[in-house]
Amino acid sequence: MELSKIIEIVHGAVVSDGGGIDAIDITSVCSADLLSNVLRYGKGGALLVTCLNQPQVIRSAEISDIPAVLLALGAIPETDMISLARDKNIILLTTQLPMYTTCGLLYTAGLRSCVEEL
Amino acid sequence: MLTVSAVAEKLGLNVVVKGDMSQIVSGCYISDLLSDVMAHGKDDDLWITLQTHPNVVAVAVIKGISAVILTNERNPEPETIRKAEAEKVTIMVSSLNTFELAGLLYMMLKDDGSVHAGTS
Amino acid sequence: MTENSPSEGTFHLMGGEFTNAGSASSELKSTLIKVGVEKSIVRRVAIAAFEAEMNVIIHAVAGTLRYEITTEAVTITVTDMGPGIENINQAMQPGYSTAPDWVREMGWGAGMGLPNISKHSDLFKIDSVVGEGTTLEIIFDLKEKNADS
Repeated sequence: MELSKIIEIVHGAVVSDGGGIDAIDITSVCSADLLSNVLRYGKGGALLVTCLNQPQVIRSAEISDIPAVLLALGAIPETDMISLARDKNIILLTTQLPMYTTCGLLYTAGLRSCVEEL
Repeated sequence: MLTVSAVAEKLGLNVVVKGDMSQIVSGCYISDLLSDVMAHGKDDDLWITLQTHPNVVAVAVIKGISAVILTNERNPEPETIRKAEAEKVTIMVSSLNTFELAGLLYMMLKDDGSVHAGTS
Repeated sequence: MTENSPSEGTFHLMGGEFTNAGSASSELKSTLIKVGVEKSIVRRVAIAAFEAEMNVIIHAVAGTLRYEITTEAVTITVTDMGPGIENINQAMQPGYSTAPDWVREMGWGAGMGLPNISKHSDLFKIDSVVGEGTTLEIIFDLKEKNADS
């Protein structure tokens, strides 16, 4: 699903566009506030939905080949998080919706999860 | 109105600690951060989390959570089970991950019609 | 950190230094891409290195992360001055963690660090002395593709 479509569905705002949103196609979603879970199950190409607003989220995305992070529940990213996202070309989005509604809407729209067994 | 036991059955959850299974589910909150649930969880919400720590039980009691669902087949720690039994907090485990489970629950609660979709 | 080359190098890690947490693994990932290691292996190395790096930052006073890249394998050695692990079997169990609550609130301490490292690597050795520190040796084969864990 095109990232722009996802932004529309969750009424998202773009904090950092990672050098271009248009080219990004999201194939799966990973939703967690525990970063080891993201590192274990997050698939390359996934969208990460979380409420964590600090730089290690961007590190985890970068390490796991995750192109975009969506902060739910109106979480305000820390300054360090925004600058790291810009630095690493990770797309950073926010939505006012809680995690549950965000997941529900994206699932209903046809996106699925990101379990990857090595 | 959906009850905890109906949700457990429909989503194929493994009930590890049985509290009040007839409790009504009025919505859902997802978070792995206990302080976040303390701030935003609501009465009769289901709580979906990866946290298996005993403090999960304390938060569930304080916030009046109807049941805790652990995802990714993460089993509660023994101390968590003991506390949940003492406090009669329902703990269930799903083999699905958080996103999938949330999606299925969202569609179910929406179809049920009696419930807001969880938008706070 | 300036002496690092494409084939070997060392990063110094400081306990409690969360601001730059992950920068060593990030740099290692760039190096692996540069020397042409296959993408799926790069990802596995980066994930394991990141978990090991976080362990030092969360639990230890200080430590080092060394890497060595040959045509055969990528080897990562992480040594720390930390509390050591009393029961390694327990620490290897998914969900077991000694991390304090504030670390959990930062998104770490889920008790998945060591299991994640083990899962993503081809060979994983851990050696720990309580009160002194822990050493991890993590090896990724470059020759045969993906020996399933």
